Amino acid sequence: MPRDDVKNLLRSNFMPHIWCPGCGHGIIMHSILRALADLQIPKEKICISSGIGCSSRMPGYIDACTLHTAHGRSLAFATGVKMANPDLTIVNVMGDGDGTAIGGNHFIHACRRNIGITAVVMNNNIYGMTGGQASPTTPEGAFAATAPYGAIDPTFDVCKLAIGAGATYVARATVANPALCEQILKKAIEHQKHGFALVELVSYCHTQFGRKNKRSRPMDNINFLKERTVMKAQADNMTEEELQGKIVVGEFLNIENAREYTERYDEVIKRAKAKA
Amino acid sequence: MAKKFNIEINEKWCKGCGLCIAICPKKVLELNEQVKCIAARPDDCIGCRQCDNICPDMAISVKERD
Repeated sequence: MPRDDVKNLLRSNFMPHIWCPGCGHGIIMHSILRALADLQIPKEKICISSGIGCSSRMPGYIDACTLHTAHGRSLAFATGVKMANPDLTIVNVMGDGDGTAIGGNHFIHACRRNIGITAVVMNNNIYGMTGGQASPTTPEGAFAATAPYGAIDPTFDVCKLAIGAGATYVARATVANPALCEQILKKAIEHQKHGFALVELVSYCHTQFGRKNKRSRPMDNINFLKERTVMKAQADNMTEEELQGKIVVGEFLNIENAREYTERYDEVIKRAKAKA
Repeated sequence: MAKKFNIEINEKWCKGCGLCIAICPKKVLELNEQVKCIAARPDDCIGCRQCDNICPDMAISVKERD
């Protein structure tokens, strides 16, 4: 049993959850719950939305306002919720396929609008639930059900994509460091009043990805992530070649004087009313 | 006098993945015959809460002893 304030945010009657033993998504859910509990947001003011996939089962276990929507469209639904009720704290959880492939368009446009949503992309490099097909974040050379001779597609860098599309808070952490996940999530949730926050949490799928890539135990994956993690401050002094195959973690962008979308929209309403 | 900690494990939620056992710096935890985590050496616990944080099933809680 976790801490009492964390347990309060959990639908205990649905536990244990459906994820495989040792799944990284569980570590992420725990980090999100700790972050929300530390920020002391009442649960009526929290909305967790998700699409389809392993990662998107998460809202089912969180005792707050929750929304389980169509594949890839979670950000579109979350945008609607935020527009209707700007007071809500919205955490939109999605997988790498959900966020960058099926919902790629919703993702870049949510970034562009700078709407006050915290989007968490749980990157496990694969479509885990449907049988291990290669996703846009499957590393080059890795094996998957649809890439039996190794994937040849270059991968998406979710953080760079979000920066390019106009998000105002972008950060990355790995599940090998749950304390950093929690710290970054807290900042990202607080950033909502300034606009769109993206957090890429590098997770793993030992069941579908690991067994094809010699990382079939959960701890192999944690060790793999630990070995390859480089803090941003350290990475700034490293060359492109040295950073090959490394995972840079930390805060990449934090613009605090940005204007949030619902605020600007309210101004439009005021202007329109004044004219009428 | 060093602080002592109690480790409570919810056996119904534990799936026996072994992450907590591998992460513990003092090797406090072990798996039992039912492949569930148990605190084999609770007196060695230093209360770093790494097992609590990494547990995907939220089955562990570390509390300071009174």
